[in-house]
Amino acid sequence: MKYFTRLRVRRVYRWRGEPVRFNRKLRTREYSSLAISVEGLPRVTVINAGQHILIEGEDEDNPYVARVVRLFGDESGKQKKAVVQWFVRVSEVPPSKLKLLGREPHPQEIFYYQGRSCDDEVNAESILRPVQVKHLDGAAPFPDSDDKDTLYVKLSWDSKSFKAVDSAVVESASEPAPASSLPPPSPTSRPKPSLPSSPPCSPPAAAPASRGPSRRALPTPDPTIMRKASLGEVRYRRATMSAGKAGAAAEAESRHSATKLSASKCLSAKRRNASARTPGVRKKLELSSPEKMTREDILDQLLDEELESDAMLAQRLSSSPPRALPLDQRLTPLRKAHRDPTVQDDVLLQPSIILNKVSLSETEGPASSARDEPTSPQQGDVMEAELPSGSVQTPRRRNATPRRKQATTPSRKKDLKTPREPVLGVLAEVDDENSPMLPAAATPRSSKRKSAQLVSSRIRKQLNLLDNQLDLNSDGEDEDEFIPSKKEMQSSSEEEEDGEEEAGLDSDEEVVAKKIRHATAGSRTPRSKQRTRSSTRTPRKTPSRKITPGTPRTPRHATPSIPSRSLPARQPANVLEEARARLHVSSVPESLPCREQEFQDIYSFVESKIMDGTGGCMYISGVPGTGKTATVHEVMRCLQHAADVDEVPPFHFIEINGMKMTDPHQAYVQILQKLTGQKATADHAAALLEKRFSNPAPRKETTVLLVDELDLLWTRKQNVMYNLFDWPTRRHARLVVLTIANTMDLPERIMINRVASRLGLTRMSFQPYSFKQLQQIIMSRLNKVKAFEEDALQLVSRKVAALSGDARRCLDICRRATEICEHSATDPFATGLVGMSHVMEALNEMFSSPYVAAIKCASVQEQLFLRAVIAEFRRLGLEEATFQQVFVQHQALCRVEGLQPISVSEGLAVCRRLGACRLLLLEPSRLGVLQRVRLNVSQDDVLYALKAD
Amino acid sequence: MMESRTAHAPRSSQQMGESPSIMSKRKAKDAHLPVGECITQVQRILRERLCHQQLPDKPEGVEAQQKHLLELLKRTAVHGESNSVLIVGPRGAGKTMLLKCVLRDLLEEKEAQKNLLQVHLNGLLQTDDRIALKEITRQLHLENVVGDKVFGSFAENLAFLLEALKKGDRSSSRPVLFILDEFDLFAHHKNQTLLYNLFDVSQSAQAPIAVVGITCRLDVLELLEKRVKSRFSHRQIHLLSSLTFTQYLERVQTQLSLPEDFPDTKFAQDWNDSIKTLGEDKSVEEVLQRHFNSSKDFRSMHMLLTLCLSRVSVAKPAIKPADLQEASRLCFADAKANMLHGLSILELCLIIAMKHLNDVYEGEPFNLQMVHNEFKKFLQRKSNSMYNFEQPVIMKAFEHLQQLELIRPVDSSSAKTQREYQLVRLMLDHSQIMEALQKYPQCPTEVKQWGMSAFG
Repeated sequence: MKYFTRLRVRRVYRWRGEPVRFNRKLRTREYSSLAISVEGLPRVTVINAGQHILIEGEDEDNPYVARVVRLFGDESGKQKKAVVQWFVRVSEVPPSKLKLLGREPHPQEIFYYQGRSCDDEVNAESILRPVQVKHLDGAAPFPDSDDKDTLYVKLSWDSKSFKAVDSAVVESASEPAPASSLPPPSPTSRPKPSLPSSPPCSPPAAAPASRGPSRRALPTPDPTIMRKASLGEVRYRRATMSAGKAGAAAEAESRHSATKLSASKCLSAKRRNASARTPGVRKKLELSSPEKMTREDILDQLLDEELESDAMLAQRLSSSPPRALPLDQRLTPLRKAHRDPTVQDDVLLQPSIILNKVSLSETEGPASSARDEPTSPQQGDVMEAELPSGSVQTPRRRNATPRRKQATTPSRKKDLKTPREPVLGVLAEVDDENSPMLPAAATPRSSKRKSAQLVSSRIRKQLNLLDNQLDLNSDGEDEDEFIPSKKEMQSSSEEEEDGEEEAGLDSDEEVVAKKIRHATAGSRTPRSKQRTRSSTRTPRKTPSRKITPGTPRTPRHATPSIPSRSLPARQPANVLEEARARLHVSSVPESLPCREQEFQDIYSFVESKIMDGTGGCMYISGVPGTGKTATVHEVMRCLQHAADVDEVPPFHFIEINGMKMTDPHQAYVQILQKLTGQKATADHAAALLEKRFSNPAPRKETTVLLVDELDLLWTRKQNVMYNLFDWPTRRHARLVVLTIANTMDLPERIMINRVASRLGLTRMSFQPYSFKQLQQIIMSRLNKVKAFEEDALQLVSRKVAALSGDARRCLDICRRATEICEHSATDPFATGLVGMSHVMEALNEMFSSPYVAAIKCASVQEQLFLRAVIAEFRRLGLEEATFQQVFVQHQALCRVEGLQPISVSEGLAVCRRLGACRLLLLEPSRLGVLQRVRLNVSQDDVLYALKAD
Repeated sequence: MMESRTAHAPRSSQQMGESPSIMSKRKAKDAHLPVGECITQVQRILRERLCHQQLPDKPEGVEAQQKHLLELLKRTAVHGESNSVLIVGPRGAGKTMLLKCVLRDLLEEKEAQKNLLQVHLNGLLQTDDRIALKEITRQLHLENVVGDKVFGSFAENLAFLLEALKKGDRSSSRPVLFILDEFDLFAHHKNQTLLYNLFDVSQSAQAPIAVVGITCRLDVLELLEKRVKSRFSHRQIHLLSSLTFTQYLERVQTQLSLPEDFPDTKFAQDWNDSIKTLGEDKSVEEVLQRHFNSSKDFRSMHMLLTLCLSRVSVAKPAIKPADLQEASRLCFADAKANMLHGLSILELCLIIAMKHLNDVYEGEPFNLQMVHNEFKKFLQRKSNSMYNFEQPVIMKAFEHLQQLELIRPVDSSSAKTQREYQLVRLMLDHSQIMEALQKYPQCPTEVKQWGMSAFG
């Protein structure tokens, strides 16, 4: 359950410098850069034209990627706008189209967007922060050993196909920008017309580019030549990586330092301690990655090192169980007090794994360390696959506890992850309370290692597959870990030295073990990360509930289903069965005959609205069974198809049905759930939808909403209807509402003026089918299966057309006729065809009134009673009499018929029986002889039935 | 279906209501049993039969309907075709029995047995959609999937169930059979949400379901809202018994006959013979004719036969015509007239006074004062035989009559008017008063005469 109750981080957007240009016509001023500062933090992020940025979108973890083309504001400076060139993430490309790629998309791959359905003007205040986007040559593999924080462009996407893209179009200044003092880099200063296929670790290609001076000189946004690398799982975290790595981490840190607690002092102390080792580490790193280090890389490493030291501290502490005991008691207060330190710990923890690798490489040499890194993700993946539940890790970690005393590195490594996971849990909560939306804050949490990302993406996929039980297991485990590890972390920092010694003690065989464990840790990381990630969106109380939305992980979110059958369904065996299957109302016809005009009208209405990006309402009426819903569905199928082949812009189709909800206000809940997958109470959902439809959002698709059985959404205040029809009129809503109900004059009858007025006059009425149309419908359904005689079909369609024009009825009669035919024929292959007689029988079954037959089959006294009723009615000249009056007649009739008169009790019983069948309408039987009696059948019917006897 | 029927036939001839296990047990000691033992057996076998604890092997007189229903349900179970059907017939016509027989036959087929899920709902139990949804979820065993969610809100339940049904499709999901007993009561639920959704599922390509409604209302289709009605397939199976009196008599005899495998063959023979002679008795035929005229319902016949059966004892090891007559008398006894027997003389006098008032004023309501005056007039004429009672005593008697619902206030606003002047109506027919007077123990002759006389 997701409730959007968190506070947003408030960002302040300011223009930097004087306007570059002034457009007199539009009265806008163009600026060169925009400064974003987060309230309460000193740091300022600068966005320049030409820079790649992340833009706030519907999915807060997958913000949109774009490049700033122009920044401008109106004269008053109130409105800040940006013209952007969009990039699409893999997740935004329709899955069906992903196949065109011909390969697995890289999780960090993005595509240069060349479609035209998106507005390229966005509100500048939706900009989150800069991001680094790199262009890769078509053949170049995605770099995966380092610099996992950038997005890659290889191809462009024009909503139909992928094309290669020129690097010049993509590459631009993307400055991490924590230090705004640096000169803005320019993409044009380093033109790379054809980037040589970069080596796997090719940040230098982009990194120097980021130092180029100008972002004023815009790279020519020639859409045809852009492209991009990306990958299957697009995530906020990843997106934030490039910019966020240094910048955001710093921001997080500064944030924390602003609210400094005692732990930060420890941190600085540790930093000092660690600094002794720093040069060596860096050297190793440089060895293993021969490329030139970018500024961020260096920054990263610096950061990593301090983090690592912090982590080591934590680890070491955890290895002293006795000390943990006293700490246990103040666990709870501590948790509150040291919230910030824990966040920091978390920040530090991930890099600490790198440290281990580094220390490993110290023993093994740079080559092995270089080899190690890329392989670890795979290992992690394997591990995860084999031991999908996290429970495996638990025993291992426990085993590790004794070993820890032997001071071996592997055990340490295991410990490494021990503190991390729980911290993440804590962090998530901290985040919820403090600054859930702050992208920078999210960054440190995310792993900086590509391996972790890779694995996490795979795990994510796996998680989707794994069943709930597993999730429960792993979740439960997390909770177990939560508290102890907390203790470990908060214990004092004395054992740091030991840890360092341990690092050197690696033996060769332990390297292997380490690798595996490391892999486990790696595989662990993304999962906990994932949890954290979703927590940024959904504040939850326990870590166990941090679930990727939409994935049925726990029973609470399980989508139920009817168990599948153990024996397969039998296929139709003969012509009649085949016909019956085709005639079933549920079978979806290939096309909808006889509704071409209506189809065309609805199609063009919706299509034009989608094309224009506007909204509108349409009211469709017609008696049941005239194909209203089917036609709308057909229109939507066609439009969806058109959208797939890019004839119309993509849109989102959702439908609700007034009959399928318990209360009109549930409509909001259902719409919201179908639109975004969130669950909310009706009031809250209404508020969210209101916000969604009234606020401009970048790259919003048109939503087509089908409201079936509209009349049931009526409420006293009619606010549900009002909202449904009001939203489409909003400027930014892009909402098309199609409403269906039975009565033609519903708007006039039940709607108050302001609702009816908003519904507008776009109305359509479905006439009942004529007999020819019905015939055509049956014929098209049968589709050359010869099962009916011509005359029989005509009889059915004429009969139904005369009665109701309900196509469902028509199909049901035909279906029943095939059954009758099947049963009546001794040899089913003799005649085969359904004839007039069968249809007649079916018609009789369905349409003949049962009353006459029921009267004929009634007992003698019941028949007599009916006669007495009629006699009494005639005597009184009224259509109503009391039982007592009728009973007098009844007694007289009994004598006439030579029957023994019945007692009052028995008479009442007879009367009651007739009442139960509704041949008579009775007052409640407690009135006894005084109850009034009416006939529910016409007197003629009764007399006819009795006479024929 | 044909196979199942033939496979069934040989068993049906020998079984006749006796379960196989008991059959084998008894066979061992075939010899004569003491009479007491035999009577116990007879009571047990026949009571089981009469009280509907056992389904008949083949429902009588409704073969066509049975075939129709069986075919329909089989198509759902085997082919995954969604269907909806209503079984309509007067009370006691054997609707539920028919359905149960069909289900029993259906489940004999392995293919159906393995696949079919059943949900039984009753309009008298599931009085609103919320309860019905919970019950459906429970019977489909979906609650273990949802954990605590089953008993979430109504809206969630509905969405949950619809989701579950939507996810299925014709060929892969297990068919679900929804049996809605007292179907007409479901039509009174708000918006008919449940019915709409069930019928909608049955008319769309979702999980295959069969909706079987059972009702005694002939006008049930008129209760359905137009869009619900449109989604219903309009299949109705009418159970209307066109039973003749001969068939009725036969039925009585078969119901009372002992099966061939009765442990004591001689006793069984004797018993069956006595039943046969009973059937030929004129007075018995008359009694049965009267019952048949009143109602063709088997339930009332079973009631009559149960009363007869309970009179069978060791001392009287057969049903005599007198038993049947006595039972019939009990069945036809007038309840209100019997209540009059328990009244005091004063109360009876008041009733008679009311009767005369009714005659005079042609059924117009009256009040206590009028009744009292009428009673006083009678006392003046026949003062020797009766005492005059005080007003409070009369009032008390009057209230007692009201409590017995022999009289009934005209309007419910009783508080406004004084008791004496509150208008009431007599809830008895003249014939009932006459009958009571005839049978009232030690009724004073004056009172009797007063009652019988045409004028007050």
